[in-house]
Amino acid sequence: MSLRGGAAVVGVAESDLGEVGGGFTPLDLIGQATSRALEDAGLEKEDVDGLFSASAYYHMPTLSVGEYLGIRPRYSDATNMGGSSFVSHLFHAASAIEAGLCEVALIAYGSTQRSASGRLVSGSEALPYEAPYEPRYPVSAYALAASRHMYEYGTTREQLAEVAVAAREWAKLNPKAFMRDDLSVEDVIGSRMVSSPLSVLDCCLVTDGGGAALVTSAERARDLARPPVYLLGAGEAHWHRNISQMPDLTTSAAAESGPRAYEMAGLGPSDMDVVVLYDAFTINTVLFLEDLGFCEKGEGGPFVSGGRISPGGKLVVNTNGGGLSYNHPGMYGLLLIVEAVRQLRGECGERQVADANTALVHGNGGVLSSQVTAILGSEEAL
Amino acid sequence: LGERGDEGVGVAEGVTAAGAPAEIYRSYLREGKLGFQRCRGCRSAVFYPRVLCPVCGSVSLAWEESGGRGTVYATTAVYHRDHEPHNVVLVDLEEGFRMMSRIEDVPAEEVEVGMSVAFDVREEDGEPVAVFVPVTETGER
Repeated sequence: MSLRGGAAVVGVAESDLGEVGGGFTPLDLIGQATSRALEDAGLEKEDVDGLFSASAYYHMPTLSVGEYLGIRPRYSDATNMGGSSFVSHLFHAASAIEAGLCEVALIAYGSTQRSASGRLVSGSEALPYEAPYEPRYPVSAYALAASRHMYEYGTTREQLAEVAVAAREWAKLNPKAFMRDDLSVEDVIGSRMVSSPLSVLDCCLVTDGGGAALVTSAERARDLARPPVYLLGAGEAHWHRNISQMPDLTTSAAAESGPRAYEMAGLGPSDMDVVVLYDAFTINTVLFLEDLGFCEKGEGGPFVSGGRISPGGKLVVNTNGGGLSYNHPGMYGLLLIVEAVRQLRGECGERQVADANTALVHGNGGVLSSQVTAILGSEEAL
Repeated sequence: LGERGDEGVGVAEGVTAAGAPAEIYRSYLREGKLGFQRCRGCRSAVFYPRVLCPVCGSVSLAWEESGGRGTVYATTAVYHRDHEPHNVVLVDLEEGFRMMSRIEDVPAEEVEVGMSVAFDVREEDGEPVAVFVPVTETGER
């Protein structure tokens, strides 16, 4: 049995983003996003019978979300593997729908990390074999990966900076992007060093924000308000939790999650009209383009250079401006889905990709730890 | 140490007899030694210490003392607003395991991938911590 095309995303929304101001809770943002996503789909709260959430704030997130929203699910999944969790929830929701365990799934997330503290809120525990060396979590882990990629493949800081510049060029086309002013490679390289070789502009934003996505069966999706965006394929993989346990710092488990998703979809990298990658740090985009087959291992640096992933470039990557320039509310995975769905529904205004029928969404969690790939498609791609 | 190694930590009574993996690791460090585990089943070097081999699943793990020679696999300098950066590395030990550590006696930004290093111990807040120092290829510090 394949999940291909059996379920569809029928409603998506962001909560208020950026800096929402003191006093709002993550649940308030989840409430906003859910209300908007229901309206988008033309569904009622009472229709929701499956609930999916992950959080750094709530120890039992689906319980907290269900209580706040007044939803009593018959299927509840609080899988937490970091920022990729929500792409995983999409995969799991499609599985549950296919199995008849729920019919309308709500995936929801919210964070007020910027208004509350200005810092990443993380429930991550320190490994006793790493803690004495005081790596800054999570940036130092990504910095270690970048250092190794530079050593093995000659990747440069300029090439990493190109990722941030491309994200910013896309963000300029997105009215909801948090950072929209000009950015050059020199600006990135000259910015404050955080954990070498990554400077502050190699790192994602710290913003407030949340999102919601509604998933239902393909059959029911066809009767709803918006054009269905079908889940064509999905795959997940994780090989480690702590960076010192990552087998090869230049190859992530996306090298497995990607092929699993492609196989289910019956599609490959060259078939993707839109690519939405979890860019917590500039090195992520380089690694994931390689691991997901858009270029050879080690060629990610040259591949992202010269505007090739900027608007008008060779490959359409992170049209919303990404975690680097759009918004990154602690865990970013749900907002990847929102952007892919909007591109496939043709709602992206200035940044809309012409004739977009397929989108690859790739979530990352922990310290390059969990990798989840989903391939979405329009009716035409079914 | 040989005696302790023979006991292993793999079976229930072994755990009881030899102690928790983290405790054994620390006891090596207190004696100025770097301990790691070797799987009796598949011969994989195992680090961090556990009660089963993450490669083959065997519960028969023997403790060994590392020669302490390794190579920097990856490095980063962590910056601070009010003091000099500190270094964090992953070191590949000659016995075939990798660990996080830091390189002493060299400015944080001058640590390079591929650098030859040797194990040393520092005491911090009353606890022994495994660190490394640069060595020449012939092993001189």
